[in-house]
Amino acid sequence: MDIHEYQAKDVLSNFGVTIAPGALAYSPEQAAYRARELGGDSWVVKAQVHAGGRGKAGGVKLCQSDQEIQAACEDMFGKKLVTHQTGPQGKGIYRVYVEAAVPIEREIYLGLVLDRSSQRVMIVASQEGGMEIEDISVEKPDSIVRSTVEPAVGLQEFQAREISFALGIEPPLVQQMVRTLKGCYRAFRDLDATMVEINPLVITGDGRILALDAKMTFDDNALFRHPQISELRDKSQEDPRESRAADRGLSYVGLDGNIGCIVNGAGLAMATMDTIKLAGGEPANFLDIGGGATPERVAKAFRLVMSDQNVQAVLVNIFAGINRCDWVAEGVVQALKEVQIDVPVVVRLAGTNVQEGQRILAQSGLPIIRATTLMEAAERAVGAWSNDLKQATRVRAVQ
Amino acid sequence: MSIFINRDTRVIVQGITGRMARFHTKDMLEYGTNVVAGVVPGKGGETVEGVPVFNTVKDAVSETGATASLVFVPPPFAADSIMEAADAGIQYCVCITDGIPAQDMIQVKRYMMRYPKEKRMVLTGPNCAGTISPGKALLGIMPGHIYLQGNVGIVGRSGTLGYEAAAQLKEKGIGVSTSVGIGGDPINGSSFKDILTRFEKDDETHLIAMIGEIGGPQEAEAAAYIRDHISKPVVAYVAGLTAPKGRTMGHAGAIISAFGESASEKVEILHAAGVTVAENPAVIGETIASVMQ
Repeated sequence: MDIHEYQAKDVLSNFGVTIAPGALAYSPEQAAYRARELGGDSWVVKAQVHAGGRGKAGGVKLCQSDQEIQAACEDMFGKKLVTHQTGPQGKGIYRVYVEAAVPIEREIYLGLVLDRSSQRVMIVASQEGGMEIEDISVEKPDSIVRSTVEPAVGLQEFQAREISFALGIEPPLVQQMVRTLKGCYRAFRDLDATMVEINPLVITGDGRILALDAKMTFDDNALFRHPQISELRDKSQEDPRESRAADRGLSYVGLDGNIGCIVNGAGLAMATMDTIKLAGGEPANFLDIGGGATPERVAKAFRLVMSDQNVQAVLVNIFAGINRCDWVAEGVVQALKEVQIDVPVVVRLAGTNVQEGQRILAQSGLPIIRATTLMEAAERAVGAWSNDLKQATRVRAVQ
Repeated sequence: MSIFINRDTRVIVQGITGRMARFHTKDMLEYGTNVVAGVVPGKGGETVEGVPVFNTVKDAVSETGATASLVFVPPPFAADSIMEAADAGIQYCVCITDGIPAQDMIQVKRYMMRYPKEKRMVLTGPNCAGTISPGKALLGIMPGHIYLQGNVGIVGRSGTLGYEAAAQLKEKGIGVSTSVGIGGDPINGSSFKDILTRFEKDDETHLIAMIGEIGGPQEAEAAAYIRDHISKPVVAYVAGLTAPKGRTMGHAGAIISAFGESASEKVEILHAAGVTVAENPAVIGETIASVMQ
């Protein structure tokens, strides 16, 4: 789960990371008011969306007056911010963060990640702050400092000092840097984060180390023990179909194609999408309905997949292991009777009692296209979709 | 010999009184797995499917001589159960549980380091379908009947995709020595490389099928290991060609977050290491059959 910059800053400041004074606003007027409260003569207005690359996309504006703040906000509120991380549909701006502008001397990149190779938390830092880490690793790979944390004892002072000196932090500021690093690590560990990123972490003209931006991602599997973090969830930043699926215990990822997929198991779901692509189609979604493909789950899955307007054919691929195919087939038939589906549906069942399952599908009287192998299923789904498309075009041409 | 388990392996089931664990305990017993005990704190003295339940893994081990464990414990308590098994002298542990916090798994991995390597428990999973040595024993949730006994060692992340591969092999009359699920989580007990090492030493395994997916460095690490240390033929498939970057595809670990983690990059790395790669999931069985000839 992702949270907003202002939330991440609040979380990190509770662990001793220093941040610039700032406040949240839900309207242009409130933003101007917040700026007056903060004092000073220049402020940064930042769109709060769950994505990086806001600066380049126009989501961060430096303002020097009430009018400028209001104007910047008018440009942001209610709009979709499109950055290189949001996809073409962008993310809605409903909150802005107003922060006192600070004089920047140096920018540092600081990230903490779950390193899958060492199976530990890794600190990644670079003197080239302000750039994306992907770009740093291509353009200035030698500037990257890495350090893994021994989980039994946590981040040690000497490690934090080593990182600080490697980043060229002036000796009088090293203690502040150590405090920042240890604070980030403790926040990461105590709150089950999977990513903490401060980019940039800045050194100001007056010798302070401040987190000027902050991003945190949390382990969904650990949210049960952090109710205060769960409360920070902002559904406006999620794909509505994905949140709806998550609420129903289904794992769904929306894509740009037009062949809807309903599959049990994450690996088989990915493999099914790949096969569709090989057969010349494009999958509309990833959907794992889990091991127990009950009729209710299958029906839910159909509703979810059909809520995507782009879907022009549906491919159901169920490997019935512990479940039996006849039972899954009954579920599919029941779901198709409940949910009105006006696109071709291809069903491929494999595993236990497959003949019985096929018989149930055949005798249902429903226009189900059956397939026995994965390839056949994908080819039939792609074929049905393109035929359907041709017919639809013909109808339109006749009209 | 198969790897990890055989007909005589004495198995305990942790969390045996849960609905899913009961169901699969019955299934494993029917398959012929030597399930000798269950462990649920506070339920010692009960029986499930005729199997005695103990309060602690230590009790179960000392009463039954069990050496392998299957963990069905819910996510908040699963890491603790794995460490309990490691401490009680269990040699091989399969964790089925999906949804264990990643940092709990970091703790588990660190905890297991306290035992000298030769005494250290081997963990596969979590978030996997388990391990099966067809015709001998089943330690997991897979349907036993889709596997023929034979000489292909399967190692994979995904449950149902592994079934798909086994079913394609059965269709061609090809059997399996052992199939091991390493699970779909970012921090797992054993990597592809760990299992490849076992298959290389196993006489019964003549060919290794490796079924990977997007996310993480383990397929690439395995590729380098195969090039330098594996003499047996390896056939691989990597799922997720159509998966977009930065999105989690069901499995917590199935997310492309760095270079070398996409399916096409992994395929390229495996190719370069001399591994035969099945270009699509529908031809895994076919590709293995052609390499075997």
